[in-house]
Amino acid sequence: MSNITNTIEGEEATRRDFLHIAAAGGAGVGAVMAAWPFIDQMNPAADTLALASVEVDLSAIGEGEAVIVKWRGKPIFIRHRTQAEIEEANAVDVAALPDQQSDADRIKSGHEKWLVVTGICTHLGCVPLGSKSGDEKGEFGGWFCPCHGSHYDTSGRIRKGPAPLNLAVPEYAFLSDTTIKIG
Amino acid sequence: MTMKFFKNIALALTATAALTGAVMAAGAAKHPIQQKWSFDGAFGKYDRASAQRGWQVYKQVCSACHSLKYFRFRNLAELGYSEDMIKAFAAEYEVAGEPDDAGDETVRNALPQDAFPAPFANENAARASNGGALPPDLSLLAKARHDGSNYLFSVLTGYEDAPADFDLAAGKNYNPYFKGGQISMAPPLAEGIVEYEDGTAATPEQMARDVTMFLTYVAEPKLEDRHRMGMNVLIFLGILSIILYLSMKKIWKPVKEGKNFYDDAE
Amino acid sequence: MAKWQTIKPENKALAWVEERLPVLALVSNVVGPDTPTPRNLNYFWNFGSLAGLMLVVQLISGIVLAMHYTPDTSLAFDSVERIMRDVNYGWLIRYMHANGASFFFIAVYIHILRGLYYGSYKAPREVLWMLGLVIFLLMMATAFMGYVLPWGQMSFWGATVITNLFSAVPVVGEDIVTLLWGGFSVDNPTLKRFFSLHYLLPFVITGVVILHIWAKKVSDSGNPLGVEVQSSADQIPFHPFYTIKDAFGVGVFFFVFAAFIFYDPNAMGHPDNYIPADPLVTPDSIVPEWYFLPFYAILRSITFDIGIPFTDIVIIPAKLLGVIAMFAAIIILFFLPWLDTSKVRSTRFRPTYRYFFWFLVADMVLLTIVGGKKPEGIWPLLGLIGTAYYFAHFLVIMPLLGKIEKTLPLPESIAKACAPKAQAAE
Repeated sequence: MSNITNTIEGEEATRRDFLHIAAAGGAGVGAVMAAWPFIDQMNPAADTLALASVEVDLSAIGEGEAVIVKWRGKPIFIRHRTQAEIEEANAVDVAALPDQQSDADRIKSGHEKWLVVTGICTHLGCVPLGSKSGDEKGEFGGWFCPCHGSHYDTSGRIRKGPAPLNLAVPEYAFLSDTTIKIG
Repeated sequence: MTMKFFKNIALALTATAALTGAVMAAGAAKHPIQQKWSFDGAFGKYDRASAQRGWQVYKQVCSACHSLKYFRFRNLAELGYSEDMIKAFAAEYEVAGEPDDAGDETVRNALPQDAFPAPFANENAARASNGGALPPDLSLLAKARHDGSNYLFSVLTGYEDAPADFDLAAGKNYNPYFKGGQISMAPPLAEGIVEYEDGTAATPEQMARDVTMFLTYVAEPKLEDRHRMGMNVLIFLGILSIILYLSMKKIWKPVKEGKNFYDDAE
Repeated sequence: MAKWQTIKPENKALAWVEERLPVLALVSNVVGPDTPTPRNLNYFWNFGSLAGLMLVVQLISGIVLAMHYTPDTSLAFDSVERIMRDVNYGWLIRYMHANGASFFFIAVYIHILRGLYYGSYKAPREVLWMLGLVIFLLMMATAFMGYVLPWGQMSFWGATVITNLFSAVPVVGEDIVTLLWGGFSVDNPTLKRFFSLHYLLPFVITGVVILHIWAKKVSDSGNPLGVEVQSSADQIPFHPFYTIKDAFGVGVFFFVFAAFIFYDPNAMGHPDNYIPADPLVTPDSIVPEWYFLPFYAILRSITFDIGIPFTDIVIIPAKLLGVIAMFAAIIILFFLPWLDTSKVRSTRFRPTYRYFFWFLVADMVLLTIVGGKKPEGIWPLLGLIGTAYYFAHFLVIMPLLGKIEKTLPLPESIAKACAPKAQAAE
């Protein structure tokens, strides 16, 4: 039994019937829309987003000192550079660098003494040394990554070693002369 | 076969020893006063002005004893405060900071992402300061009681003199809306205890309404999203059901007419 | 069982796969055009697919909630509140899951009552019926453990009360309870194992659902008339007729479901569960979720020991008897195919039994109400009467009535009763 010979009346026509298309389409659209909350729940939640930017008071950082703050789970180096360090950063021949960038491109003009970079070595993600007094700062006076020996200068640029890129500069802005907002 | 009827076997069943005592002690509380609220109904929303006043009442009155642990300063944005105002509110409070280089504990000003700091360090400290009673956290109170919002309003405005035959314990206050009739909290809202920034007269009833509005928001912050989205979903499902019904009627027509679909039907 | 049809897709790649793994044929033979189905199924037959769909809703929303939930007594309540406040659409997913449990039970209860009314448990569908009961039991275990996870007051005390039921078991009762708890009270080990099992059991349910559908395929669907299919004139293809009918049912069911999620999401919950668990303070009254209330009422209704007359010797203490009664209330349903002695399947042709069926439904409603009340005043007595009637229905009324009832004449066939024009045309 049960070979369907008497096909459902005018099956071809009914299939094209607007009503059935609307029904199937509506159900499909509903399913797609219902899927969105289940996908979006994986995006950062409100409490995570609330920590997406941090404000840092720079007034406590003395000349020649650096601090590490945590931003979005990553270390951020903030360095109060000395005049000598700024000059050193500017004296470099940009064309000879592995990742060509002038110091001016890496700081906010008018705030030359402040260098803000993401403290993650661009080689394989270690945190370079050089922020704390007593740390080895590498051959160029900036940071030194102990994992594979990358040397960064006083502008956070890669000078020697396996890392391909300069330390990244995060998005930040000066809210006042002594306060920055990262993110 | 003997049948021995025991009282309340359910209790014996439900039962660890700790269970039995408390169950019967509770006296029935008076049914809460029914108020009209802007958040009631399918299109209900929070009244921002009232919630802002309620926030002021919480801050200046309730927060002396009651924590609000699930409330973050950043949530005030949803009540219509600007980012700068929220920062200013937060900065009025201090919270624990990271240990300093010497490992000593530090305090810092609160930030928008911080929770509203609790008035007491722990439950014991809270009880010690309140004659042994624990002021409950208010974050979820509007949902943690039957008819929660009306209940909050009723308890806040429902203090009265105890009836002559009521055995009121020392240090307690009579409040018929509270379970058991006696509450440790003294009447918290006196005329003019708060001076509203928007100039509204701070009568106890007004303050009770405002703080209830605020606490209902804190308990159910997504209510407006819920109402808005619900309307769209119901309209969509309603229309879809009608289309599906019509489609079904059309498809079923040959069946209703008695048509056969298989070749070997008799 | 209808003959298994193979499918040969025109697309060569599809045909290649189909030849090696006939999934299209599987779908077509279970819910597709190759599934001959009685032409007279009414709307009560929608609730099987609705229950299946609710299982899917619960699986998806539950897996998502587990991405944010923390099964630890110090963090569980906070993690649920974080879901409600901070996670994108977390409030929606959690309310969907909490109300979804209730709507799953609504669908399943109607599905079971439909089976009772139309005699769906009778030969040759006994195993199909019993697999359904296994699903029901697994659902109850899953729902109970899920309710513990938010770690509110009702979670904690519900867990305490229900696990304590096992202390009624003679001799080893206390040891069993300690084993269940992993300690000396409901605590962190209990919460963690409940979470693990709450995640596991739905997949076991899914497995039994597949067996349930398989058994349905073998014995074919029953139908409101209760007369077996005699020829293909009695049947129509499942697709498109019952697929569109099921889809319409889903639209209406979800409308009601959505109304609860969006406009009264806490209606079926208990306010006390928004108070974090406190092992030192018991709530005023401990009330299980509504879908457990009839069984809870049966549990509480037994307040007497069974002993040797005129002595103080107790053979079965009341506590144990209550537990036995509660489990027996469900176990008894497994024996329905043999307790019901009537030759007629559908209650439609059993004029006397019809009254008793509705008495039973009323009795279940009564027990639901009793289960939600404090055991004071008239309620314990009503609970006892309700319990007695529940067992009398299955143990006395059903076997006797089947023998003595004068049933109405059965129609010759589904087609003759439902599609007389079709008969005339042939």
